[in-house]
Amino acid sequence: MIDILNILLTDSFWAASLRIATPLIFGVLGALICERSGTLNLGIEGIFVVGAMCGWMATWLGAGLWGGIIVAFICGAFFGLIHAVLTVPLGLSQHVSGLGITLFATSVSYFTYRTALPDVASPPRIEPFQPLDIPVLSDLPFVGLVLFQQTALTWLALLMVVLVWYVLNRTNLGLAIKAVGDNPNSVDAQGLSVYAIRMWAIVIGSALMALGGAFLTMSAFDAFFFGMVNGRGWVCIALVIFASWRPGKALIGALLFGAFDALQVRLQTEMGAFVPGQVFLMAPYVLSIVALVIAARSADYPRALLTPWFKGQR
Amino acid sequence: MEASTVLRLKGLTKRFGPILANDDITIELQKGEVLALLGENGAGKTTLMNMLFGHYLPDSGNIEIKRTDDNLVPLELGDPSAALAAGIGMVHQHFTLAENITAFENITLGAESLFSLRRNQKKAQTKIKSIMSHSGLDAPLDIPVGKLSVGERQRVEILKALYRDAHILVLDEPTAVLTPQEADSLFSNLRRMTNQGLSVIFITHKMREVLSFSDRLVVLRDGKNVGSMKTSDASEKKIARLMVGSETQKVSSKRIKPGGPILSLNEISVAGQSKRDSLHEVNLILNSNEILGIAGISGNGQNVLADLISGLVAPDRGSIVLKGVAIENISPFNMIKSGFGRIPEDRHRQGIVGGLSVSENMIIERLDDPQIQNFGFLRSSVINKNAKTLSEKYDVRGPGIDQASRLLSGGNIQKLILARVFEKQPEIILANQPTRGLDMGAASEVQKHLIEARDRGGGVILISEDLDEILGLADRIVVMRDGKLHDAISNSREDIGLMMAGDST
Repeated sequence: MIDILNILLTDSFWAASLRIATPLIFGVLGALICERSGTLNLGIEGIFVVGAMCGWMATWLGAGLWGGIIVAFICGAFFGLIHAVLTVPLGLSQHVSGLGITLFATSVSYFTYRTALPDVASPPRIEPFQPLDIPVLSDLPFVGLVLFQQTALTWLALLMVVLVWYVLNRTNLGLAIKAVGDNPNSVDAQGLSVYAIRMWAIVIGSALMALGGAFLTMSAFDAFFFGMVNGRGWVCIALVIFASWRPGKALIGALLFGAFDALQVRLQTEMGAFVPGQVFLMAPYVLSIVALVIAARSADYPRALLTPWFKGQR
Repeated sequence: MEASTVLRLKGLTKRFGPILANDDITIELQKGEVLALLGENGAGKTTLMNMLFGHYLPDSGNIEIKRTDDNLVPLELGDPSAALAAGIGMVHQHFTLAENITAFENITLGAESLFSLRRNQKKAQTKIKSIMSHSGLDAPLDIPVGKLSVGERQRVEILKALYRDAHILVLDEPTAVLTPQEADSLFSNLRRMTNQGLSVIFITHKMREVLSFSDRLVVLRDGKNVGSMKTSDASEKKIARLMVGSETQKVSSKRIKPGGPILSLNEISVAGQSKRDSLHEVNLILNSNEILGIAGISGNGQNVLADLISGLVAPDRGSIVLKGVAIENISPFNMIKSGFGRIPEDRHRQGIVGGLSVSENMIIERLDDPQIQNFGFLRSSVINKNAKTLSEKYDVRGPGIDQASRLLSGGNIQKLILARVFEKQPEIILANQPTRGLDMGAASEVQKHLIEARDRGGGVILISEDLDEILGLADRIVVMRDGKLHDAISNSREDIGLMMAGDST
């Protein structure tokens, strides 16, 4: 127990939690926007891979770090658009389409990587985002140390939480997104386009997911590896339910998962002698399932989630 | 008020494949009048209104609407936002409200640009408040619509239309979900609004409402306008003749003397997840030769009562006694074995298995019958013969007995269920909303069968939202409210209506 307390009191633990949480924050927000409008996007895992690959490759080819981020954003939006066309106007199964997008996006990314770099043994590295020194904040005692170690992308993720919250709760656009996910007829009857709102929500949501992937290759690491996304997208799908489709709770969920993950790495070094490392690797996922079971029982699903809507049929 | 035309539908025609849903319909609406649009199911009322509101594009014909002063200008067809902008407001039968946002948000949704950074709430609030005070419509604005009652939701729907400056209001079956008193207050509010210049079209098949609240009426049959008249010149008989094309006899049951009790529910309680699916110490006695009508607004526990009698729900406390013997092991199978027949409310989902054929659905409740199967192998010749006989006897029409039963129309699905239930001559019949959504012909067919079953010595429990149906058929009436049953203090519409609303003293 003392060990755990000691870990919880170090700034490096909290810094790691926030770092691990960053891609999840992007992913959860993206999935949340899609689902609030009524569409489940299981393409998230593949879109993470696309974001990771495209962002990194664009930077490597000389687009610059922010250029890479923009490329990742656009590529994520593109795969989102495929999902949107298949599930909204065509009304196909959201599960099948989403899983298809994940398989397709992952394969295309690997294919592109291999085609561009046929013979390299170790992947080429880029100069990733560096920790951002923000004058006043970084000087705060403990918090400063935690925040001082974060890159611009983490700040962007936190900004996105505020932005998504504001849009959903304070603007007409957010109202329309929430309404279309509850009862599309309500939006249609007011003369707004159900298709447009849902498709844009999926496109923007998917673009955010891709930023989560880009964080992996452009901030957490400095290169692209196969299998590096490693189920983070699926974790986001669970976290959305944990968050009851609310941005603020999504942040808390992502941070909790990040904290579990940071804790298990540290426990491995402390207690690795008696307990096999795989148990610790498993812990965050087991805990997220437990948290999900507790939270999902009272979950208030968007009523029209998974239900396609067709114009003129009522 | 001087009459002036505010809306003219000219020669509207709409086909769906081979079906002519609307055939050259012409209707005019005057300023400040209440126009009732009548017709059986499938007569084309909803199609017509959906064309008016831009949900469907007519094949031919046009719509003219008054915009400024006295000029009628053509309305752009097939575009709901054009209809909205022209001042047409539609209140659908199934409310188009998002339940996760407030009434205020539902009303203002889409009225402002989606991309403005802030919502201008003050101005909207003032406008809604003034509409509320002018129209007499009242609803809580600041809680999620999911928490409002049905009557309140309907008022929100109307407010939504008025907020968009509707001067023509279309209401599709507005009273289907209201108590008689709520309906009265709706109509008096509408009257108040028409006095201020609003024009109203309301779609209904309830004769009483048409005669007492409309100024003029139009009857549709088979997609055609078969007659329009001033309500003061109309009578129930005249309208019915226009609606069905010939005079139909309204089914009314001759009272006969009830026999002794065959079924009793004693102190039954079921703790459901919400008010809608709970029962509290319900006592009920059903006699043979009796139709017991259960009146009430939907969502007051009728469905859990129906599930209980069908064996789908077991009581937490209390007992079900059938002819003096308490039923142990309550399950759908046991209830059918003991002589219960059930006509479920949701005939598509609970009444039939849509993917199975008509003949399979007809034997689905007697699969243990050795006539039907030998050691688990179905005897298809017997099954098909059975289906042929029953289809003829009960007039089930459709693409064929070997076709999937979901292809049948609602009325024919109901006849299929009747055939299955009545053929077994059950002693107790549970009929939950048996005529909802059926046209007059099919509905009277169903009602005749219920009366026959009673005259044969059976007991019928009739759950219905249609008070007229209960008053016409039932020998005895109880009212269900908040999961409790109350004996009706009299058989008058007013008393029962008050009890349904909870004002009984």
